[in-house]
Amino acid sequence: MELDPLLLSRMQFAFVVSFHAIFPVFTIGLASYIALLHGLFYRTENPAWDRLALFWTRVFAVVFGMGVVSGIVMSFQFGTNWSNFSYASANFLGPMLSYEVVTAFFLEAAFLGVLLFGRGKVPQGVHLFAACMVAFGTFISSFWILSANSWMQTPAGVDLVEGSFRVLSWGEAIFNPSFGWRFAHMVMASFLTGGFVVAGVSAWYLLIKRDVEANRRALSMCLWLLLVLTPAQAVIGDFHGLNTLEHQPTKVAAMEGNWETRGNVPLLLFAIPDQEAQANRFEIGIPSLASVILKHDPAGVVPGISEVPREEQPPVWIVFWAFRVMVGLGLLMIAVSVAGLWLRRGGRVYEHRGFLQVLRVMSVTPFVAVLAGWIVTEVGRAPWLVYGMMSHAQGLTPSLTGGMALFTLIGYVAVYAVVFCAGVYYLTRVVRQGMLPEDERDTVEGVVHRPKRPLSAAHASFDNDSAPTWRR
Amino acid sequence: MEMFDLSVIWALIIGFGVIMYVVMDGFDLGLGILYPFAPDEDARDVMMNSVAPVWDGNETWLVLGGAGLLGAFPLVYSVFLPALYIGVFLMLAGLIFRGVAFEFRFKSRRNRRWWNRAFCWGSAVAAFAQGAVVGAYIQGFAVKDFAYVGGALDWLTPFTLLTGLGLMTGYALLGATWLILKSEGHVQAWAYRIAPALLVAVLVVFAIISLWTPFVNPDVWARWFDRIQLIWVFPTLAMASAAWLWSAVHRRQEGQPFVATLGMFIFTYLGLVASKWPVIVPPDYTIWDAASAPESQLFLLIGVLFVIPIVLAYTAWTYWVFRGKVKVGEGYH
Repeated sequence: MELDPLLLSRMQFAFVVSFHAIFPVFTIGLASYIALLHGLFYRTENPAWDRLALFWTRVFAVVFGMGVVSGIVMSFQFGTNWSNFSYASANFLGPMLSYEVVTAFFLEAAFLGVLLFGRGKVPQGVHLFAACMVAFGTFISSFWILSANSWMQTPAGVDLVEGSFRVLSWGEAIFNPSFGWRFAHMVMASFLTGGFVVAGVSAWYLLIKRDVEANRRALSMCLWLLLVLTPAQAVIGDFHGLNTLEHQPTKVAAMEGNWETRGNVPLLLFAIPDQEAQANRFEIGIPSLASVILKHDPAGVVPGISEVPREEQPPVWIVFWAFRVMVGLGLLMIAVSVAGLWLRRGGRVYEHRGFLQVLRVMSVTPFVAVLAGWIVTEVGRAPWLVYGMMSHAQGLTPSLTGGMALFTLIGYVAVYAVVFCAGVYYLTRVVRQGMLPEDERDTVEGVVHRPKRPLSAAHASFDNDSAPTWRR
Repeated sequence: MEMFDLSVIWALIIGFGVIMYVVMDGFDLGLGILYPFAPDEDARDVMMNSVAPVWDGNETWLVLGGAGLLGAFPLVYSVFLPALYIGVFLMLAGLIFRGVAFEFRFKSRRNRRWWNRAFCWGSAVAAFAQGAVVGAYIQGFAVKDFAYVGGALDWLTPFTLLTGLGLMTGYALLGATWLILKSEGHVQAWAYRIAPALLVAVLVVFAIISLWTPFVNPDVWARWFDRIQLIWVFPTLAMASAAWLWSAVHRRQEGQPFVATLGMFIFTYLGLVASKWPVIVPPDYTIWDAASAPESQLFLLIGVLFVIPIVLAYTAWTYWVFRGKVKVGEGYH
């Protein structure tokens, strides 16, 4: 069998970017949560907030470090496997990606060090300011990346001259049609991720009865937050979908599994899309509901997949099922948040072991939902790399062979497997070590000479045979 | 806008980024290469502790360089990376492993041996790959219609093997002289012992490379030998730095050997740049051919001019905070 460099490159990019995305999705939400904790401590002087902030800052340090390591590869991927695309779109994407790097470095240079290592060395207000700036910086970073991605989905403000894009209007290109909703949807997803992870870890601590007082506060705060955010995300997602319907109708058609342009389109709960037959098998759906959602009218006509020729269609079953995974998990998140509100009566929410176990498990779901969402939007625009202007095949590196792509694909999987296992294993040790006891809060920062690297802020030991480093 | 040639400004910025990376990440890669030869585990602790506070700041220049190339000279980005496909992968894998090893070695006892190996191999592979990249740059690339058309292993020739080896010994020398500056006692004595041997190795390899280069690339021959020019000042200064290094080590100076090694690196680098300028994708494309649109270069320039001073200040501050000797048993972890 001939190795296909195009397919292998797409697999490699999907793997590397999915692996990388896990970390920033979490850190963006967590950074805001840490800033919030710092703010609460500043206002109330309650040490519980401070201990929580300290604990989550250590988790943040490890996750941020892993995000940086896995991100380095990203900045070279465009050139190695997609050199034609890089060359053609460099006038716009070059500055966008560079600004992301510039923002990240500025953030790290100026504020991350103060947040991680400045505790007790700078005034409390300055520390709070640094925490806010780190949170703000993570938004700016994702601003650039999401603008670049949105531009590839809905290109604007450029002109294709002699095989390369020239920027006519930076404003139109940066704030392209799909950017606003995508950014809102993603930021909300980051908040949900941070919220469910914090809720899950707090629930686990409550289950084993550790630091009950602080963790009750954390859990309560998270549940209020999630009660607002989960339905809000559903609304934003809906608007994002309508925006996609306007600019990328084929993608929405694939999400709905709707092959023909017609009215009264059902909302399919289950189906096996068959690309060969250009139809679904085993459909189970709610009549006309998709038309109502997309057109606010049961008879509303929705474009079908067959509007475009076979070779311009995305692989429908991937988009169809990834979308159902994302929406299903989203609905589950809403249900859990509402259940939390109901259990508040009489304070059962902190005692109900079944609910706390559910929360523990739920901490994984935002990551799955985010990856599923990205699969929907990225696979759904196939075969286009820059929508309607450049296909995946046109963007590929011409000199790339299947063997080369396979070699590096296996290589990156191997490297990341080692790094990821070590990182996650270490993260579980940080969490197990838990919050520092009240009286040791201030002695931890006593080590004056501390390297300014994110991971070194975590203190926990890598294996069982040595004491936690903050006790040495 | 006509007053400034943005491409020249960008070439200076990228050039500055490259040399910053080479001299700042070079010594910690060098320490990784020297790692298995260290006299004992105490020495290894000192070596790692001497670079622990600064190494990841050093690598920011690499990422900034990569992203800056895409923004300012997309042709370089879209020719070098496909042409050096396997080498780039090896370099990134090496850098990732040594980065992770750095963090976890301190936090680990039982698994320390494995993190030591990851640190050493990661450093060695990354250094070799970077040296091979320099060699491939001197050789030039097969480019047609602004895209690389050569094979996967075109970059791997006897010449690039030698330049890879050359940069490994060069980095090792930087590492050894850095250790002279930062250590004391038996660790420093060891560093003093290996520095002259490494210097001889570097000089031999670089002499071969220098004699070989004009044959690999006739344009370089023409530039150096057609008429005697000002550029001969660079190799002269590099040799003077080498002589200074030799005498400084024998006079048991602590700071001078490192500075002299930096001098060797910087003047060799300037010599290389001078023999290629203004060609940036050899053999044919100049910085103006490789440039992105002027409005893109300008847009990015604003942000980069803003951030470079901050990164420099932050870097300087970090080095200042962690100045002085690293003692055995005194950890940063």
